[in-house]
Amino acid sequence: MASLDDLKKRIASVKSTQKITKAMKMVAAAKLRKAQESAEKGRPYSEKMNNVILNLSSGISDKENAPKLLAGTGQDKVHLCVVMTSDRGLCGGFNSNIIKKAKSYFSKILDENKELKIITVGSKGNDQLKRTYGNKIIENISFKESKNANYFDADKVGKIIIEKFEAGDFDICTIFYNKFKNVITQIPQAQQIIPLNDEGNENSSDESYEFEPDEDEILSNLLPKNISTQIFKAMLENSASEQGSRMSAMDNATRNAGEMVDKLTIEYNRSRQAAITKELIEIISGAESL
Amino acid sequence: MSEEFKIEIVNPEKSFLVKEDVSEVVVPAFEGEMGILKDHISIISFLKPGIIKVSSKSGDENYYVEDGIVEFKNNNLSILTSSIYNLSDMDKSVQQDLLKKAEGEAGKSDINDQTKYLVDQKIEVLKTLN
Repeated sequence: MASLDDLKKRIASVKSTQKITKAMKMVAAAKLRKAQESAEKGRPYSEKMNNVILNLSSGISDKENAPKLLAGTGQDKVHLCVVMTSDRGLCGGFNSNIIKKAKSYFSKILDENKELKIITVGSKGNDQLKRTYGNKIIENISFKESKNANYFDADKVGKIIIEKFEAGDFDICTIFYNKFKNVITQIPQAQQIIPLNDEGNENSSDESYEFEPDEDEILSNLLPKNISTQIFKAMLENSASEQGSRMSAMDNATRNAGEMVDKLTIEYNRSRQAAITKELIEIISGAESL
Repeated sequence: MSEEFKIEIVNPEKSFLVKEDVSEVVVPAFEGEMGILKDHISIISFLKPGIIKVSSKSGDENYYVEDGIVEFKNNNLSILTSSIYNLSDMDKSVQQDLLKKAEGEAGKSDINDQTKYLVDQKIEVLKTLN
């Protein structure tokens, strides 16, 4: 059994850990509010962008000559996966959830004997993936310096992807990120961005548009922008998810620390009492023998 | 009958401007300035650097944009842009910065004709602001 002094030290150290996790929870809660707000504010842009593209693509008559970013290269040999994670740890299952989702996708691709290329955004994902898939990672991008997710960073990632696509480095591009549902629930997502997946195309109208300049030119200008926009959306969702995940993880940690302090205090009191009782018995039996 | 329609300007970060009572909007479309009134035909076009002029009951407002997409449909005008500034609270220093950046870009030798054209436009518009 640990001595009284040891127990006292243990309690003090658990208490100070609890203080830290509590502070981290508060910080995450404050940041979460901001991140959530900007994720919600950013949604109209990507939705509008999607609508315009859907309207445009439904208007295109010959799918054969459609821009490659929309229609794809016609092959699916080389897959590029963009795994978006955070730069900081201590956020519960946030990063592992994305990685798990990504890894199951990777092994599916490799089982089909297709080539796999990986771009990691955020250092935590790189750390976890480089052990198993180190030779597949072609680029690692990290935005440690930027405080908040901003469009310029997203644009940078978008440009890299488009550059590689135009160089013929891959056929299909998928991004992995966490979609923010609420503070406790974040859903890891795999979203295919090249070629554009036209799921949910039903709501596009048949209305005809006038185009200026012509359709092709608009599309070829719009599609690269859409890539950046989708990445930006993923970044916003990710940062809200990260804070949410960290908040609930730190909340749990604080609670666990509290329970541990309670348990240790009881143990401390018990052994203190045992020591007193022992001392009393010694005195009494000493007096009796006289 | 009212002659008003709805305008919505969004940038990636947020909804920049939403107005229900605009009577006329002039946008710097790719192939020249374009005035949009109520019941305009559905159209999708690009913006080049220039001034968006929004006229409504409460007066005229001017915005400087560098790029973007306009979509007009069912009397809803949506403008998607990544860089937009309200002229009335745009600092001279911001203008100077943008101008300097544009001039730096124009000085590069490896840009293609289209970007050159856009950058020249940008410089021209920024110069008229000052």
